[in-house]
Amino acid sequence: MKIPSRRFREFLIERIIFLSGIASVVFVALIFLFLLREGVAVLKTTSLGSFLGGRFWYPISTPAKLGILPLILGSLLVTGGAVIIAVPLGIAAAFYIAEVVPKRLRMILKSFVEVLSAIPSVVLGFLGITILVPFLKNVLHLPTGLTALSGSIMLAFMALPTIISISEDAINAVPREYKDGALALGATHWQTLYRVVIHGALPGIIAAAMLGIGRVFGETMAVMMVTGNAAVIPHSLFEPVRTLTATIAAEMGEAAKGSPHFYALFAIGIVLFVISFAINLTADLLLNRNRKQ
Amino acid sequence: MSKGETVREKIGFGALLTATLLVVIPVAAIVVLIVVKGWGALSWEFLFSMPRNGMRAGGIFPAIVGTVYLVFISLAFALPIGVLAAIYLSEYARDNALTRIINLAIINLAGVSSVVFGLFGLSLFVVFLKFGVSIISGALTLGIMTLPVIITTTREALRAVPASYREVSFSLGASRWQTVRHAVLPRALSGILTGAILSVGRVAGETAPILFTVAAFYLPNLPKGLSDQAMALPYHLYVITTQIPGIPEHFRYGTALVLIGFVLAMNIIATVIRAKAGKKK
Repeated sequence: MKIPSRRFREFLIERIIFLSGIASVVFVALIFLFLLREGVAVLKTTSLGSFLGGRFWYPISTPAKLGILPLILGSLLVTGGAVIIAVPLGIAAAFYIAEVVPKRLRMILKSFVEVLSAIPSVVLGFLGITILVPFLKNVLHLPTGLTALSGSIMLAFMALPTIISISEDAINAVPREYKDGALALGATHWQTLYRVVIHGALPGIIAAAMLGIGRVFGETMAVMMVTGNAAVIPHSLFEPVRTLTATIAAEMGEAAKGSPHFYALFAIGIVLFVISFAINLTADLLLNRNRKQ
Repeated sequence: MSKGETVREKIGFGALLTATLLVVIPVAAIVVLIVVKGWGALSWEFLFSMPRNGMRAGGIFPAIVGTVYLVFISLAFALPIGVLAAIYLSEYARDNALTRIINLAIINLAGVSSVVFGLFGLSLFVVFLKFGVSIISGALTLGIMTLPVIITTTREALRAVPASYREVSFSLGASRWQTVRHAVLPRALSGILTGAILSVGRVAGETAPILFTVAAFYLPNLPKGLSDQAMALPYHLYVITTQIPGIPEHFRYGTALVLIGFVLAMNIIATVIRAKAGKKK
């Protein structure tokens, strides 16, 4: 009798292992379903077009105006600013760390990047509001330092670890022979980097930039604390803005359950979920193409 | 090598160095600033007493307790599922459509905005399953959020175990599960531990997922059970930074220091374990 019972036990364990294996799929599906469950109801009060394209976000006026265009533009502006700062900086730092510095220094520099990725976003937001915001106000002579620019700078820092570490992997994955070949033909180290290595690493670097953008677009706490949260269509980086994420975080506490406002916040969640899904899918395709080559 | 090329190389490397310094120096400045300004706030009273006077005096003890609860309960939920999922992917899964879908799901789970996890937790745990705003709702939300970290680190640890271990075990007549249990898992333990500790650090610092699922602005008592609300360190830092005027600055820096100290300590421990395991091989 001992052998069948062991077999049964193993059968059971392997079932549990399989169920755990597909748990991630189940959770992603659950997230989407439960966002839909609450979010689709927004279409009872507003059409899809006037939700996505509406210019006014007055969720508690009667009747409520639930247009998220200002929030979408706020997110895009803050993200765009962060990308302009973080992508060149991150790629340059990745090249320096992967190709230029000696090995011992490389470990030290990488540990700095790891520390940066570990700092909780609320801590960065706290420093942003205490140091960066007053600094920008004084230096740029603005009426307030709580602007899209402050958000972009904070977010740039939060995207850097992602961009640096994935770019570095891509640079390291470029076959040695490419570099040796270029150097043997008399190219300088620098020419080798920006004429040869960068081409081999390009798909990975693009994926790194995309994942950085994904991180930035979904960031919540730091951006809510430093951007001033004015839900109006922004005209420049030097004005307060409000992002999609900050709107959910700031307003869900006050939205009455079952109100159009409540549903609209979940609908914003659907928008964020779909965007992050698209970004991650594309980045993954790029990275896998790179691996297969 | 022409002179122009040498100059160009110097300029190029100079630019790369500048970019690296622009990343590294602020990181160092952030850590030093928080340590220097927060150190003065640290005291027995600050760490182990309740807040007083509208949180302008006293300590942050309930926030520390809440975060400890959330960390351990979310880990108790996510660690078994995450490790078993990694075992499935590394030891059982074939290269087929299902495996690709699972991998895609893990990547997407890792990329979902933290505030969307908060919405999900509110909708599923707080409202649908009627757990209410409670430690269990928050911990489950955080647990699902941290799954990708545990799965990917464990999977890497399992894949690093040489195939020969499995082959020997199979050749002795062991079943697949016996092989996993006795030949593979023991050699991946340090990697699994690394993943668990990294996820503890991540869970401790997250604010957005707990906003609507567990976090309380202020509670006069410590939580008594899983169905109670709790204060938490990151949310507490958010509250005293943005919601209450007149909080002494060193209180904020002190709270930030406790939070960042905990998170960085977890990262350092994980790094040490990884380095030691790397040496053994």
